[in-house]
This record gives sequence, structure tokens and C-alpha cells, in this order.
Amino acid sequence: MPPVVEALDLYRTYRTTTGTFRRRTLEVEAVRGVSFEIGEGELFGLLGPNGAGKTTTIKMLITLLIPTSGSARVLGHDVVEDATWVRERIGYVFGGDRGLYERLSAWDNLRYFAELYGVEPRRQRPRIEELLELVGLTGREKERVEGYSRGMRQRLHIARGLLHDPPVVFLDEPTIGVDPVGARELRATIAGLKDAGKTVLLTTHYMFEADTLCDRIGVVAKGRLVAEGTPRDLKDRVTDGTVVEIEVYGIDGATVEGLRTIPGVTAVAVEDRDQAQVVVVQATSGTEPTQELLARLEGVSVGRVATREPTLEDAYVALVTEG
Amino acid sequence: MRMLRTIAVGWALHMKQESRNPFFLWVVICTPLIYATMAYFLFARGTDDATLVTAAVGSALMGIWSLTTTAGAASLGQQRRLGILELLVAAPTPFWMTIVPITIAISAIGTYSLVTGLIYVRLLFGVPVEVHDWLGFLAAVPPTIVSMGMFGFLFCAAFVRFRAAWAVGNLFEFPVWTITGLLIPVVLLPAWVEPLSWLAAPTWGMRALRAAALGGSSPWDDIAMCVVLSVVYAAIGMVLLRVFLRSARARGSLALS
Repeated sequence: MPPVVEALDLYRTYRTTTGTFRRRTLEVEAVRGVSFEIGEGELFGLLGPNGAGKTTTIKMLITLLIPTSGSARVLGHDVVEDATWVRERIGYVFGGDRGLYERLSAWDNLRYFAELYGVEPRRQRPRIEELLELVGLTGREKERVEGYSRGMRQRLHIARGLLHDPPVVFLDEPTIGVDPVGARELRATIAGLKDAGKTVLLTTHYMFEADTLCDRIGVVAKGRLVAEGTPRDLKDRVTDGTVVEIEVYGIDGATVEGLRTIPGVTAVAVEDRDQAQVVVVQATSGTEPTQELLARLEGVSVGRVATREPTLEDAYVALVTEG
Repeated sequence: MRMLRTIAVGWALHMKQESRNPFFLWVVICTPLIYATMAYFLFARGTDDATLVTAAVGSALMGIWSLTTTAGAASLGQQRRLGILELLVAAPTPFWMTIVPITIAISAIGTYSLVTGLIYVRLLFGVPVEVHDWLGFLAAVPPTIVSMGMFGFLFCAAFVRFRAAWAVGNLFEFPVWTITGLLIPVVLLPAWVEPLSWLAAPTWGMRALRAAALGGSSPWDDIAMCVVLSVVYAAIGMVLLRVFLRSARARGSLALS
């Protein structure tokens, strides 16, 4: 069966200018050779930190940006040559509280986009009612959007993206900034899309979200796809190893670099937790780096030390820091 | 049929969206009064009532054009900031069908200028506003509004491509007033200005409304010119918009981020 979404060696460079009198042109390579495929009915996650190139990739796939080089196809049609054909068959939802007519009601917003997506006039009212029910906004549809909470706006975005019942849905960080309860409801809605047979591309930087929802994950770092596979595949990359977490106070960059040179250590990351920092060290299986780590941390105030099994988040951190 | 419905729905929605903007409404209320006052004092001495009516109609159209250029640019800028511009582009409906309703809606809100401009000069300065041909006058208003909205649509193509083009919108406010005879009769300007004025819709809208109000000539030819120019602007605007939109997609300038 041919893939529903194909990205083939996509590159995207932005040109920006700086300076007032002496103008200089700078080139920023946001996406550098990204390729992947998504099968029918699959929920594929693009996971990566801010600025990794996730949104740029998705904007090329939904026809908003023309790739600098490479190509992309949706349902077998080129996103540049057949842009209108592709637009009729995809839904696009982005995160945050932008993208809505603030002084209009949810109903008016949906009514307009139903028109723009060619929903038959006699089908518009029942379809809007159905989607308001789906996203839990029934009863609030006549209120102006400017009075909506972030979670309500996000749910309205999802309803807007599904108006024309597209077979392919692109979700760009749909749960960003939404409170935990609202985010859980949104994830349930996203899972429902997959159950309804839709092909979904989800970008997120929440590991547990990707782990819970996605059939396969592509990890993007610095514009490149650094890993691809099922959540299990990614976890397996580090399940052989071990993770040591050391609570420290005031560690410097040189010391962190020193930790990376210890034999068997594959990744080192420093996380801020409350008042302290936690050094998270990943090591290959069969090594026991704790003693060596503590020796290298001489002179640094050290708190709790713990050893645990690796998680998907560890796999992600390792991939992103290596990438 | 679908095209007309989409434009009508977009027009109604943008009328609602813009008319709920308090700052925008404040500008709509104030500008015609200021322009009508300017026009009255420019023409009040040594002229007849017909000239004063012409000045009142001209000041009203000045208000409509000001709104179309400045508010049209501001509205598109706001839609870009709110991320709506990208969603409109991502929709399968031809992009021009989403932009035309915006400019026509803003011009239509400017109809207020026409009504208040005439009432204002009547009440405050005692200028008799007697319309000779009501049918012609009322028939001239919609084509005038639509043609000015379509004239604004030409500029909007540039607003889509260039993020800072809203400033250029303001730049075109005064030259169009001048060359179309809204403030000063075109015959008083250098001869080379007149052919330019024929290309601008406000010229014909002004002539139609003036002819209907004062009599002496038929407004219908001028109304027809408004319709013809609307079609021409639409055709040119659609081509420009297609070119600029592709360029914006290539450069990545649709969004601010």
C-alpha cells in the first residue's frame, strides 16, 4: 500500500537580513534533508526540541511553504504542484491561542471555515454541531472566542481542522500551553482520530504524549531526522544501558564535558529541578560509572544519587544531544 | 454560485469582526466629520451650494478610501499576526476569494462616511442636501463601494507578500484623494493627471454620486465604469495575488514567526 504522507529529502532555508545601513543576508537552514513516510491510518509523531524544524516540516507538507529542495507528497500528490488538491484532503491544527477570529463566536469561526473548505451548505449546521459535541464546546458556541480559555481555543482549532472530514490530519503541538486536564482530553480526542481511521502527523516535544499516542516516532534535531521507529524501538536503544541521576549544586560546563569522556558514558544532560540541578548520565550496559562520576565531581556539592532503568525520555535526550 | 456564496459569507463575517473593533469604529466615526469640515472650509467662500454638495460627497468618499487603504492593510496585518492568514492560504478556496470580502467589508463600513458626511454638513453648516435623482444615487452607492473595495484589493496583494506593506497603504491615501478629484476638481490639476484619474474607481464613483445628487447629467455611465473597473481590478488583483502568494510561500513570509 503506498504511503499517505511522504517527505523526500526535504530542505528548507530561510533568508533573513540584518543591519540598518550595511544590510547582510543570513541563511538559516531550518530543515536539512528530512525523509519519512506515514502509512494509512497511522499516527506518526515528530518529536524534537524547540527550533528543531518540526513546524517548518509540517508547513511544507500542508503547502504553506515551498521546500528549498526535495519534495513531499500527500495521498500520492505533490504538495507544490497539486497544492489545491492536497488542501482539500488535509486538516491542519496548530497549538497556541492564535488562528481564530477573536471577536466572532466559535460558531461563526466554524461557519466561515466550513465555507472555505467547501462543506455543502445543508451539511454545515449538522457537521458543526457534531464537531462541537466532539470537542466539548456545545452550549458555548455563541460566545465570542476572545473570552475562551486556551484549552477551549485549542479544542475549537481541532473542530475547525476536521470540518471537511479530511482523511489526513496534521497537528502541530496541539497541547502546548494547555492545562493537564485539558491536555488529557485533547489527547483522548487525538486518539479518537486514529480510531476513526485517519492518518495523523503529530508534532510535540512531550515524550509521554508521543509514547502514549504514536504508532511511530521520528526524532528531529537541528533540522535532521536523527531516529525513526516505534516508541518501543526507541526505548530499546537505551534499555541495555543504565541511567545515573546525581543531584548537584552549581556545576560548570567544563565539569559536565569531563563527565562525557568517562568510558561507557553515552550521554550527559543537566536538568534544573527546584533549587538544584540534576545531572542525568546514560551509560552502556555492563558499566558501572557511579564511582568514576562522583570522583569527577570532586569539588561540586553533591546531593542524592540514584540509578534507574532508561525511559523514552532518556532515549530522546540521547538522540537530541547526539544529533 | 459557490464563489458568490463564499464571498458573501466572508463579507458578512468580516463586517461583523471589524464592526466590533472599538478603535476601528472610533476612526470610522471621526474621519468623515474631520474631512467634511475640511472640505466645507475649503469651498465655503464664494461658491454655490452645488460645490458644497460636491465637497460633502467628496469628503465622504475620502473617508471610504482612507478606511479601505489603512484599515484594509491593518486588517491583513492583524490576520497575519493572529496566524489566520496562514489558515486562509491553507484552505482550498482560491485565496483571492478570502481577501476580496475583507476589502469590500471595510469599504462598506465606510458607507457610514457617506451618510454622516452629508447629514453633518446639512446640520452644522446648513448646506442643503437635495438629491435630484434618488434612484440613481442609491444605485450608485453599491458599485462605488465595491469598486473602491476592489481598488483596495490591488494593494492587498502587496500586503500579503510584504510584511511591512501596510505602511505603503497609508502612502497611497493622499495621492488617490488628489488624482480622483475627491478634494480638488481634477480640471484644476495638470492635464496629465486626468488620464490617471480615469483608472481609479473613486473618480467614477464621485462622478456618479455627484450627477445623481445635482442632476444635469446621467449617473448611469459612471456607474457602468465602476462595474467595469471592479472587474478589471479583480482580474489584475487575482494575477498579482497568485504571484505574490507563491513568492510568500517560497520566502516564508506568510507568518511572523
